[in-house]
Amino acid sequence: MRLLALTAMLLFACAAAAGDAVPTITDPVTNKRAVHLAEQLRCLVCQNQSIADSNAELAVDLRRQINEQIAQGRSDGEIVDFMVQRYGEFVLYRPPLNAVTLLLWFGPVLLFAAGLAVLIYNLRRRRAQRDEQPLTADQHKQAERLLAAGSEREHR
Amino acid sequence: MNRFLVPLAVFIVMVAFLAVGLGLNPREVPSPLINKPAPAFRLPQLHLPDKTFSQQDMKGKVWLLNVWASWCVSCRQEHPVLMELAKSNAVPIYGLNYKDPRDDALAWLKQFGDPYVLSIADRDGRVGIDYGVYGVPETFVIDKEGAIRYKQIGPVTPEALRDKILPLVKALQS
Repeated sequence: MRLLALTAMLLFACAAAAGDAVPTITDPVTNKRAVHLAEQLRCLVCQNQSIADSNAELAVDLRRQINEQIAQGRSDGEIVDFMVQRYGEFVLYRPPLNAVTLLLWFGPVLLFAAGLAVLIYNLRRRRAQRDEQPLTADQHKQAERLLAAGSEREHR
Repeated sequence: MNRFLVPLAVFIVMVAFLAVGLGLNPREVPSPLINKPAPAFRLPQLHLPDKTFSQQDMKGKVWLLNVWASWCVSCRQEHPVLMELAKSNAVPIYGLNYKDPRDDALAWLKQFGDPYVLSIADRDGRVGIDYGVYGVPETFVIDKEGAIRYKQIGPVTPEALRDKILPLVKALQS
């Protein structure tokens, strides 16, 4: 009993050795479609694996669902919709572009633009500081004194 | 002064974001089924395989559908909570026995007690897929019209029961 629970737990936690999905369809074209679909869908038990990669029981069941629905003549879009209706958009490895995912899609671009703006601003300011700094009257006098002192030393 | 204030502000904002992010549970994926009609099923009962049960039989009642299995470790953790709840008669609990051999399921109920009005057997996990089940145990609160109003992912804790499930059940029943 305990051994059974442990085995089930291990299976469910995807600790089982990773292996490729066993194709259950013999037709190569259909099989390719099934694998392609399974690769786009996240396994919710082991969230960083697609249901094509995962050996979790749920992934096995979902692969079976895909195979059955292909056999029933459903389109790829319909099969993906089937999964999204049940598990939400989180199952999609490539999230759709909508109001919720706007920041997800454009956040990196936004960050890059912000970084670029800060960099340009700082470079401009530094250059401005270097170029336009007219000497004050005191600094002029000091410079002249130094130059005079230098030329005197040369003369000697 | 300003030189340090700006990076400090950025740092504090980042820490705040990371703190919130670390506090979130990535396993809790919001269900798209909330406020939608509970997916239809008709499955044999666990104790009486000749009889079936459907979500339609519960029209007009507020009820809980608890997904459980004898191989599920967290189910043992929530089991005493469900037993207490069943005793209080606050809301009927129905069990969806998920991908479980019948003998194991029956033995488990005999050993730990049976909080369910009845359990239904989802041997191959198809109804589980329709309900978006990915981590047993899961518990659904279903209202009188047959719509899912809440989903508890993972064990029902006394806190979740007190703060979320029971207040919601009460509101739905009135």
